[in-house]
Amino acid sequence: MRFAVRAVPPLLVLVVVIVLWEMSASGAGRRVIPPPSAILSSGIENFEQLRRATLATSYEAIGGFILGTVGGLLVAFATSRWLTARDVLLPVAIASSAIPIIAVAPILNNWFGVLNPVSKMMMAALLVFFPVLINSTRGLVEVKPASVELMRSYAASDVAVLRKLRVPNMLPFLFTAMKVGATLAFIGALVGEYFGGSSDVLGFVVLTSMSSGSFALAWAGILLGAAAAIVAYLIVSIIERVAIPWHSELDAS
Amino acid sequence: MTSHSPAAAAVRLAGVEQVFTTSAGGMKALEDINLSVAPGEFVSLIGPSGCGKSTLLRIVGDLIQPTAGVVEVNGKSAHEARVKREYGMVFQAPVLFDWRTVEANVRLPLELMGMERRQREARVREMLELVELGSFIRHYPHQLSGGMQQRVAIARALALEPTLLLMDEPFGALDEMTRERLNSEVLRIWGQTRTTVIFVTHSIPEAVFLSTRVVVMSPRPGRITHIVDIDLDQPRNDQSRETERYFELVTDVREGLRGRRSGGSEGRLRAEGGIG
Repeated sequence: MRFAVRAVPPLLVLVVVIVLWEMSASGAGRRVIPPPSAILSSGIENFEQLRRATLATSYEAIGGFILGTVGGLLVAFATSRWLTARDVLLPVAIASSAIPIIAVAPILNNWFGVLNPVSKMMMAALLVFFPVLINSTRGLVEVKPASVELMRSYAASDVAVLRKLRVPNMLPFLFTAMKVGATLAFIGALVGEYFGGSSDVLGFVVLTSMSSGSFALAWAGILLGAAAAIVAYLIVSIIERVAIPWHSELDAS
Repeated sequence: MTSHSPAAAAVRLAGVEQVFTTSAGGMKALEDINLSVAPGEFVSLIGPSGCGKSTLLRIVGDLIQPTAGVVEVNGKSAHEARVKREYGMVFQAPVLFDWRTVEANVRLPLELMGMERRQREARVREMLELVELGSFIRHYPHQLSGGMQQRVAIARALALEPTLLLMDEPFGALDEMTRERLNSEVLRIWGQTRTTVIFVTHSIPEAVFLSTRVVVMSPRPGRITHIVDIDLDQPRNDQSRETERYFELVTDVREGLRGRRSGGSEGRLRAEGGIG
């Protein structure tokens, strides 16, 4: 109920934007930015193609999201556990975030095989990896000194401190990174698709329909990609609410 | 210094010294601390900021190792006592884990010592009844007031049934009314559990009301200047705060803090020893 009430204003804004878009799409711009009605009818016309493409791209994005999250978490645990690991791995990881992702796409395509969805997953994983690593490391390391002192007063082992203090402390940080990562994964997958591969993916649909002048279909693909990313974000948010109830209540209060 | 033999003492400190190394060089936080606390005593450490009273408490709890001197808890080294989980600690902040309910926070030390589940649940319930929070077991810390949070921290500290309870300005962040109510509660719990308490505070009325002895400290370097025996009748209650003797003792401690106190044989001896 509370969620429904909160959802009303943004939905209203969305409706207004669509109506204005519909009314203003005219003249020369009409071809490049077609009105929502044209996008919708093109979407219905090409429903089967778009459905397959959305599923395929989502598969790549979700695979990459999982790979990037697991990878980021593993390095985060290593860096927070061993100081040497932090000194060796963190600079490399930070440098990796500076790599222009578009330049890497052809390399990954060649590496893992241009038709292999894993090449697109690696693109998505690269984008997800960094925020997960940085946030999780913060969550593991930035525990209150008083909490550590409390655990010491109970002569708690390092494993107990990790399980009962550091990991729970990390979870809100991890979920923040995963929400960012959920949308980044779709961007990564789409960028990978732009550099070739299967023809049954959103990136290919958008690219080819644009070059053949069917902008309505291109827009249908773009909007479906956005919608899938939003759904992924919402799924992570729902898991967050269930997994760390104390935190969402903190936010609400 | 005291009539207790070293073996019988709950806490024995001899020649304890603490030097912190800072960028500006060595800073002497504690100098020549000698103190013996008998089992069942309630001893407060009082003094201005920087007198090292919290440092001293952490040394007793083996959270800091002193630069020099002997620290014994129940006849063992402080380290051994910590590893054997013989003391409970309450900090200035409640230090509750946000992700644990009240019940789960109190359960934490029992989980760490590996107590069996059924026994654990019973103990948690018992401790929460003791601090009168039995109906809040499923709440999260942020749903409780500051005073209630600190009561959870006390229940957690008592869960292992420690022989020694170390409290570091536990009520410093609370308003006066809540503080007085919790003071009475601490005395009731102390009466029921008969545990030894070392209590750090900067409130004179609190120290006098709670303690059997008040240890007055002075800063730079931190040292014990006076020890005031609090001979108010036990058990104490709100009326104890209104007796003439209470006000006399408050005055004694206050003058001790100002460095002007002349009475009290034990205190004066310590004062001379400390200054010399």
